[in-house]
Amino acid sequence: MNAKFKKSRGSCHSNVNVTVEGLGKIVLVGSPNVGKSVVFGNLTGKYVTVSNYPGTTVEVTRGKGRLGSKEFEVIDTPGMYSLLPITEEERVTRSMLLEESPDVVVQVADAKSIERLLHLTLQLIEAELPVILDLNLMDEAERLGLSIDLNLLEQELGIPVVATVATENRGMDVLKEGIIKYNKEGGQGFKYDAVIEAAIDNLQKTLKTEYNISKRVIALLLLQDDPEIKALVKEKMGNGYADVGRIIEETKKRYSQPLNYVITLARQKVVSSIVERVAISTISKGMDFRERLSRLMMHPLWGIPMLLLAIYGLYEFVGVFGAQVSVDFLENKVFGEYINPFATNLVSSIIPWKVIQELFVHQYGIITLGIRYAIAIILPIVTTFFIAFSIIEDTGYLPRLAMLIDRLFKKIGLNGRAVIPIVLGFGCDTMATMVTRTLETKRERIIATLLLSLAIPCSAQMGVILALLAGNVKGLWIFVSVMAIIFLFVGFLVAKIMPGEKPIFYMEMPPLRWPKFSNVFTKTYTRVEWYFKEILPLFILASILIWAGRITGLFDLVINILSYPVGWIGLPTEAATAFLYGFFRRDFGAAGLYDLKDAGILSGIPLIVSIVTLALFMPCIAQFSITIKERGLKMALGMAAFIFPFAFFVGFLVNKILIGMGVVL
Amino acid sequence: MRLSDKAEEILESLWINTHELNQESSSFEEMKTDKDAPEVKELLSADYIALSEDGIRLRKEGMKEAENAVRRHRLAERLMVDVLDIKKSLMEETACRFEHLLHKEVEESICTLLGHPTLCPHGKPIPQGRCCKKSERAAKAIVSSIADVDKGAKGKVAYLHMRDNKKLQKLMAMGILPGVSIEVIQKFPSYVFKIGHSQIAMDEEMARDVYVRLK
Repeated sequence: MNAKFKKSRGSCHSNVNVTVEGLGKIVLVGSPNVGKSVVFGNLTGKYVTVSNYPGTTVEVTRGKGRLGSKEFEVIDTPGMYSLLPITEEERVTRSMLLEESPDVVVQVADAKSIERLLHLTLQLIEAELPVILDLNLMDEAERLGLSIDLNLLEQELGIPVVATVATENRGMDVLKEGIIKYNKEGGQGFKYDAVIEAAIDNLQKTLKTEYNISKRVIALLLLQDDPEIKALVKEKMGNGYADVGRIIEETKKRYSQPLNYVITLARQKVVSSIVERVAISTISKGMDFRERLSRLMMHPLWGIPMLLLAIYGLYEFVGVFGAQVSVDFLENKVFGEYINPFATNLVSSIIPWKVIQELFVHQYGIITLGIRYAIAIILPIVTTFFIAFSIIEDTGYLPRLAMLIDRLFKKIGLNGRAVIPIVLGFGCDTMATMVTRTLETKRERIIATLLLSLAIPCSAQMGVILALLAGNVKGLWIFVSVMAIIFLFVGFLVAKIMPGEKPIFYMEMPPLRWPKFSNVFTKTYTRVEWYFKEILPLFILASILIWAGRITGLFDLVINILSYPVGWIGLPTEAATAFLYGFFRRDFGAAGLYDLKDAGILSGIPLIVSIVTLALFMPCIAQFSITIKERGLKMALGMAAFIFPFAFFVGFLVNKILIGMGVVL
Repeated sequence: MRLSDKAEEILESLWINTHELNQESSSFEEMKTDKDAPEVKELLSADYIALSEDGIRLRKEGMKEAENAVRRHRLAERLMVDVLDIKKSLMEETACRFEHLLHKEVEESICTLLGHPTLCPHGKPIPQGRCCKKSERAAKAIVSSIADVDKGAKGKVAYLHMRDNKKLQKLMAMGILPGVSIEVIQKFPSYVFKIGHSQIAMDEEMARDVYVRLK
């Protein structure tokens, strides 16, 4: 086994040298939510989004780190439970292992679920990958009364094992040292029953070409009907595949159960016997506060006040402190009294032509409109939202919310897992649309994307909407109810119309954790940074487009056309401008309405109608472009074709109903 | 009097036709028999069936006997799938032969072992027996789906249902495997289980496939 290993490893090395400028390569793998991203940060000094929610690493992240005197390329991968993938993310990670030929694979694992994590460890050893096992979250395991004999585990597995608490940097130096000193001697695999072993043997002989992982694992994956591996082997072998297929079929016939079950059970036996020897679990002394709180959050009854409490906190912090207090200060004080007059004076004194002046200042200038909206209105709202979201995310509340809401979400064709993109959508729909790819089926991804485009106002838009409705409790309730009804109704309809598999919900509930200030800070910082890189250029672009559109008269034309549907739903024609700008950014439009309200043009029922319509209206340019990227142009255009008239239709209905009911606002 | 195997088969088919397909009478062709076959004579003499215009129909007197035959057949299927792990393709044939061997006492013990199941592997209802009615009040099943046990119950995973390989793989990935200790923390709105030191939530669909042996 050793000799064979060296051979395949030789080919790995030549690969490494070809692909990445001679850097050693470290790949981090492990189940979701065990701290891979924190370990990644510790190894590279780079930050990636870290949360207490399974499945937050959507993409493969690469960074460089220096360990001792050697430079490494470090690769962070999406969560993976098993080498036999179920989800898209697991597939991504598995293909990383197949293609990248890493020098060291660090399996980051949750120490307290040792019985489960060892399955992956054994699979990685079987694959003859150069693996180090990092038992992370050791503090939580200790708190639960679990202690693990690391030396014995090292002996049992034949690979280096380290214990860490990555968030506190505990044990990281041992891990780093382990990586530097890494010298693969080959871990200890185990034997399956005679029938499986014979099949593996036959397959290994039949598989002529080399793979980046051991043939033993290729054989095992083939036996377990892994479609990707099958395709890979077929491609490499051509007609020779017939023999492979025959061996698989013959082996299947020997068992009454599916082979993935037989193989997993065999592994489970090995795992149990290892765990029995290396782990000691003292009996826990009943429930601690953390567990009690967790059960309250998951309780069908008590979970509701807990949720309301969280929403109320979010409202106070984002809606009041962010959208009102901070916006007021930045908008009226900083921009209104200092920056705008200063910029206007400066530009007017340098540039004599009014047309050019208008590009920078006055009503729609880059500085007075673009930058003012971005900094004074959007920045405080988005920042406060991301702070609040990071805190909630860190505590581990979101999986509990997912579990509470699963039944409701099933009615609209989604499952509990969709809470993450949906809740994130209240922050930024563009970011959330990207995250929909963590959903399992195509059907769920389409439904979630549509609902995000239609019925989830982003924080920037929400902030302005809350400001528009400040002190108008009745109006706020009407708005919230209409949006909730639309969300559920459209979701329900689409789920009815669209064929496809019924979603299945399963999710690990991580323990509640105290949010860490540094983590919340860096997380908010990276998100706001991402957001700004994304939005500021668009704001400036929008200002330029508006300027160009205005001087060429093109905008007047579009506004003229738009003023018809705007008129039909009972709004003043000035609102058409806000709707047009709404396409450049959703919040842009809402902010436009804000100006109208300030000027006293918009109030009462038309105000509510315009808010509802605008909130449903087209997604902003950024979200639209991500929708195209994730779902394809056809799907994106189809959604737009539905959303545009639908928003006005709902506006029309709301207007008629409110007038008909004699609602006074 | 014990009926012949052939006669039991006919009773079963008739019961399914009347109860589940709302079809009053059935043709001889459908029953794969004819008017003069010994099993038909046997059933006629027991007053279990009557001749109708286009075939035969089940009489009230034969109802109980027919229901029991269906029950035995479906229990046998359940046993094949849940406990003996026999492939579905083989199950039908084996269950057909096995059901005729199930005598009253054996039938009840098997029903109890299986936790008084309500559905056969094809999803059709299993008629209740005396033991099921008793169990509603008293004894809990020895092995039952974790979706049916009470909150707070502890036990070990006995086996996983294998009708859906995708679901099976998910369960295995979450560490839900035979022999593993499991505790039911919550049942509504979703199921939450404690396995080892971690907790896992899932919907009923998935929980349904996990069978536990309670402590």
